[in-house]
Formats: sequence, C-alpha cells, structure tokens
Amino acid sequence: MEKVIEIRHLSKSFGTHGVLKDIDFTINKGEVVCVIGASGSGKSTLLRCINLLEKPSGGEILYNGTNILDKRNSIYSYRARLGMVFQQFNLFHNLNVLTNCVVAQRQVLKRPLEEARKIAMKYLEVVGMEQYLDARPMQLSGGQQQRVAIARALSMEPDVMLFDEPTSALDPEMVGEVLNVMKHLAEAGLTMLVVTHEMGFAKDVADRVVFMDQGVIMEEGSPEQVLIHPQKDRTREFLKRTLRT
Amino acid sequence: MGQIWEIVIKYWPMYLRGAGVTLYLSILGTVFGFIIGLLAGIIRSIPVPEDGWKRILLRAVNAILAVYIAIFRGTPMIVQAMVIYYGAAQAGFEMDRMAAGIMIVSINTGAYMAEIIRGGIISIDTGQFEAAQALGMNPVQTMTKVVLPQAIRNILPAIGNEFVINIKDTSVLNVISITELYFQTSTVAGIHFSFFGPFFIACILYFIMTYAVTRILRMVEKRLDGPKNYALTSRARKGKGVQYGEGN
Ligand SMILES: Nc1ncnc2c1ncn2[C@@H]1O[C@H](COP(=O)(O)OP(=O)(O)OP(=O)(O)O)[C@@H](O)[C@H]1O
Ligand SMILES: [Mg+2]
Repeated sequence: MEKVIEIRHLSKSFGTHGVLKDIDFTINKGEVVCVIGASGSGKSTLLRCINLLEKPSGGEILYNGTNILDKRNSIYSYRARLGMVFQQFNLFHNLNVLTNCVVAQRQVLKRPLEEARKIAMKYLEVVGMEQYLDARPMQLSGGQQQRVAIARALSMEPDVMLFDEPTSALDPEMVGEVLNVMKHLAEAGLTMLVVTHEMGFAKDVADRVVFMDQGVIMEEGSPEQVLIHPQKDRTREFLKRTLRT
Repeated sequence: MGQIWEIVIKYWPMYLRGAGVTLYLSILGTVFGFIIGLLAGIIRSIPVPEDGWKRILLRAVNAILAVYIAIFRGTPMIVQAMVIYYGAAQAGFEMDRMAAGIMIVSINTGAYMAEIIRGGIISIDTGQFEAAQALGMNPVQTMTKVVLPQAIRNILPAIGNEFVINIKDTSVLNVISITELYFQTSTVAGIHFSFFGPFFIACILYFIMTYAVTRILRMVEKRLDGPKNYALTSRARKGKGVQYGEGN
C-alpha cells in the first residue's frame, strides 16, 4: 500500500501540558480513517499538527516520503495538497459560494480563472450546491455551508481530506446531508482522515478506526475490531458512554 | 435674515473656496491617514514570532508605532500644527502651508486609524485565518483576500467618523494660515465687521458637508453588503458556461 502521510513519534505540548505523546500513525492512499475518542483526547490537535496549523513539538511528518517539518520545504504548497474541513465551516464571509471555491485555486495554484471556475463548479455539483453560486455564506443553512466548505477543499484537488467533526455543529436534521456527501467521496476513493462522533458513519464507511485517549493512540484496527470487539478497557468504557447517549 | 443673505451674495466665492479647501484637506488627510493606519494596524496585529531577529525587529517597530500613536492621539491637532510648521521653519525648512496641513491631518488621522484597523483585524474570527492557511494561502494572500475585506467592511462606520471629524477639525489649521472654511469666514467677518452672520453661514456649510459624507458612506456600506437575496443558478445559465464570481 502506498503511504500518503506517515507520522513518527509526533508529540505536541502547550506549555507543560502534553497533548500528543509519541504518536505513530499512517494514512494510506485511498483509505478512510476515522479517529474517535473523548473530548480533550487530542483528536483536533492531531489533525491540526498534520497540516501545521499547530507546530508539532517533536517527531516527524512524512508526506510522500519527505519530512515536511524540514524548514527547506514550503509549508504553503504542502498545505495546498491537504484539504481541511472544520467543525465551524469557516467559509469566507466576504465571498460568495463560487468565489469561496475559486480564490485559493487562483492564489495558491495559480490556475487560470476559467479553469478554476470550472473545477469549482464540478465540486459544487458533487456536494449538490451548484445552484447557490451567488449566495453568501451567511445566507445558507449550516448543512449547506458545510457542503460548500467540502467543495472548497475539493476544488484544490488534494491528496488527503482532513475532517474535524464536520457534523458536530449542525442541527440534527442536517447531519445526514453532510454525511451522505462524505460517504459518496469515500466510495469514490478519496483518501480521508475523519475525526467524528458519528459511530454509525465510522462503522459503515471507515477502513480503519483509531481510538485516541489522553494523547496516545490506544487502539487501532478495522471498524469491527475497534468498535465491536475492542481489546482495551478504555475503549470499551468510551464506547459504552458514547453509545448510551 | 436679510443681513445673512447679503453676506452670501457678496462673499460666496470666498466661502466656496474655503469649503473646497476644507474638503480637499479632509479627503486627502483621511485617505493618507487610512493608508498610514492600515500599515501601522497590520504591523501591530502580526503575532510576535517566537525567536530570531524577526522578533527583535517586530518588537522595535511596534515600540516606535506605539510611541507615534500615543503622542498624536495624546496632543491636540492645533498644537501639533504649530509645533510641526514653525518647528520646520526654525530648522530652516519653509514648508508649503497646504502640504504641511495635509501632512498634519494625515499623521493625526493615521494614529487613530491604526488602532481602528488593528481592532478590525483582531475582531475577525480565527477560523477565517485558519481556513485560508489550510488552503495554502500565505499571510499576504490571507490578509488581502480574506481578512482585510472583512475588517474594513466592519470598521467602515469608524472610518466615516474619522472623515467627519476631519472636516470639522481642519478648522484649527487656520493657525498656520491655511485658507480653509474657518479662515475664510474669519476674513469675511473682519471685512464685514460682524461675527454672527458670517459664522452662521459657515455653520450651515460645515453641516452640509458632514451630512453629505455620512449619507454617501451609508450608501457605500449598503453596496458592499451586496444584495439581500440571491437567485438560484438555473441549469440553463449554468449550461452557458460559468461566468460568476469576482475573479479573485
Ligand atoms: N491552543 C491551545 N492552548 C492550550 N491548550 C490547548 C490548545 N488547544 C488545545 N489544547 C488542549 O489540548 C487538549 C486536546 O485538545 P483537542 O482540541 O485536540 O481535543 P479533541 O480531542 O479534539 O476534543 P473535542 O472532542 O472536544 O474536540 C485539551 O486538553 C485542550 O485543552
Ligand atoms: Mg476537537
């Protein structure tokens, strides 16, 4: 299997507070990996370290074999190869839907305007938002905003998509539309790393599930191994607590 | 009333020229002040790096800017005008009065604008910065395409406020004999041997200018906000090829 991202001995602390401890972790091409774990276990921090929104305190992040923490490598072109979807959508409020999906293609990838628009249209169609080109983010529902945010990330045609609890800020009736889009992307073979509390999604869609606990990867394996036959007490406790609510 | 009308008929060219100079000074002062404030405000909102010479440099520049802002916000413009204009004269510089006036208003406005713009920038949600970064945009792209358009939109009322203040406060520049509206009015009063009439007219002219500026800026704000509603893009329109978006 082809490794897209390989993390070795990654650690991160805020001051004296160790949030990630010696994480080893790989994402292979075409794989969907779901990360689960209690609040505060470091899931978001792991994702944010991967695209360098947080500066790791130690360890290595290899992208297609090169260490991106090496100062000689451009972090901007590296970040452009990763798509990120945030819990709070974070669409650019000053731009309409189409321009949200065009601006980074133009600025970062230097694509010609016509091409950038065509690509943006293609991915807006994938998420079912192609009719809202002129709308501003604040004029859309949460679910619609999140679908545009997914299209914005896809428009960069990244190698990996990172999702940080993409449905946690949504009203219950909008969770489905976003999960459906993600399921569709997974079936199309996109490489995805998804932090989620949606156990159903993890069970159905993930190739691999990672359980994080207090800054370490406690357990890792197929959805069946981790979610149905967990080996560790901590995992069992977590699942019991989560599935009850 | 008849007396006022008489003054208007007799001296309107002086009033017009005075109002023209006042507008000229306050427009240029606000524009240059905005540019100064933009640069200073952006620099002051850059997070200080953890180490290296960049940290020292940024610290030094920030300290200089803090002094500049404190001094110009902490002293009256009328005194600044005297100190700068006559200070330059004493040092052997004969400054052009108008150029000196524009400079004083700009520097003064810049000190206020710097804080307004810094406030505008830090009020933008960190999620906007992070989304831009995550797409691979560098700090300049993030600022120009995402953060500043939003920050400037949000502080537009405060910028308009500075403009209105400048229209009124340029009147103090009569102390360095700039022929703006107040100066012209004083001249009229001297010729006409009366005060109420000439200054009442000036009062009306100042009010017209500030009111017009306020209304115009309101319109600009509305334009920037775009239409309240959006139309769904129809399939037919889409079929003709995509032609929307602002081309960033
Ligand atoms: N900028 C920061 N400064 C200090 N501590 C932080 C910072 N960001 C996160 N932390 C701490 O790091 C720990 C892990 O946070 P993180 O957001 O990664 O958790 P999480 O697993 O994503 O939780 P949740 O499910 O609530 O999103 C928490 O204890 C948090 O308080
Ligand atoms: Mg989180």
